[in-house]
Amino acid sequence: MVTASTIQTKKIWEILDQVTDPEVPVLTITDLGIVRNVKLNGDEVEVIITPTYTGCPAMDMIAMNIKLALIENGYSKVKITSVLAPAWTTDWMTEDGKRKLKAYGIAPPHLTTRSDDPSDRMIECPQCNSTNTKCISEFGSTACKALYQCNDCKEPFDYFKCH
Amino acid sequence: MDNFLVTYSLHLADNVLIIAQRNAEWCGHGPILEQDIAITNISLDLLGQSRNFYQYAANLMSNGATEDSLAYLRTEREFKNCLLAEQPNGDWAQTILRQFFFSTYQYLLYEKLQHSTDEQLAAIAAKALKEVTYHRRWSSEWVIRLGDGTEESHQRMLHAIDELWRYTGEMFLPADYEIAAGFDVALLKDEWFKKVTAVFEEATLPVPEKTFMQTGGKTGIHTEHLGFILTDLQYLQRTYPGAEW
Repeated sequence: MVTASTIQTKKIWEILDQVTDPEVPVLTITDLGIVRNVKLNGDEVEVIITPTYTGCPAMDMIAMNIKLALIENGYSKVKITSVLAPAWTTDWMTEDGKRKLKAYGIAPPHLTTRSDDPSDRMIECPQCNSTNTKCISEFGSTACKALYQCNDCKEPFDYFKCH
Repeated sequence: MDNFLVTYSLHLADNVLIIAQRNAEWCGHGPILEQDIAITNISLDLLGQSRNFYQYAANLMSNGATEDSLAYLRTEREFKNCLLAEQPNGDWAQTILRQFFFSTYQYLLYEKLQHSTDEQLAAIAAKALKEVTYHRRWSSEWVIRLGDGTEESHQRMLHAIDELWRYTGEMFLPADYEIAAGFDVALLKDEWFKKVTAVFEEATLPVPEKTFMQTGGKTGIHTEHLGFILTDLQYLQRTYPGAEW
């Protein structure tokens, strides 16, 4: 049954679809799977989010941007609740999000490994699509990324870590 | 409010805040750019974990304490971190070894903690475990690279073991608040020793004989280093109380 509140919730999700990650601006927070739930408590909107990485400094800004986006759209009472469980995983990233990441030059999270070594993954170069790539460092420019280089086109690139 | 749970949460928070602060001292000084980024990434993960534990402790205390007041306004004796966390960076070998000892311990601890009946502690641990997995792998690889590296790097690892081994015993000596909270860290000791021995063997490093272990950090009796760390860490809030930006 379609009720007033389900229509309302759908509208809120559409607004959240417009809020981007400040560190990877090509992704929205819904692409990332950060938004876990939207609740209507009377005239208050509660958005439940979960952090990608514990120390991710973007989370405070994301919470503020959600508030601003909702206020701009006429929702004056907004509450942001952060939950830790279940812990965020890259599995929650949408296919669309992965496609956008790659187009932006960041290799999306990928599970297949060449050996038992979890750091030995078949990461595709986002520039030339070669899988002949190597891990330079498991820690990159932000908490969510590792540093790779393509052995064919020689381009260094960021890889969004599987988590 | 369960007092032991507050102290236990503070102990967990202090451990990660202090080692995060130590690692952050490398910022801009790492041996190469990629490793400078790696050690500061690890520092950031640990700082994030400490925020979660402090927020939880503040919430339990419900007396106006905040994550900031707990980090910035407590004195040395009130900090309950292990002595290992506060030891100086020394050279890269010493920093690596400290992280390896700590990450190996943290991994085993969080593995247990994620099944705690305390939902919030369990959630923080389950989340942090994913990050600690990276830290443990990274620091193990470095211990092997340096131990089984050149004569110079091997010597430096031996020196690091000499400096730090005596602070490892304390991690497995349960404080009263750990027992009250239901976490007997003594149970982690054998597994920790096994993991460390395996990496040391690959690194061609000797595992020290049973030796005297320093203790005290978990009950607030620290080495001289913590005071200096806090002087640095708390300077701004002590000098300009309540400063924000």
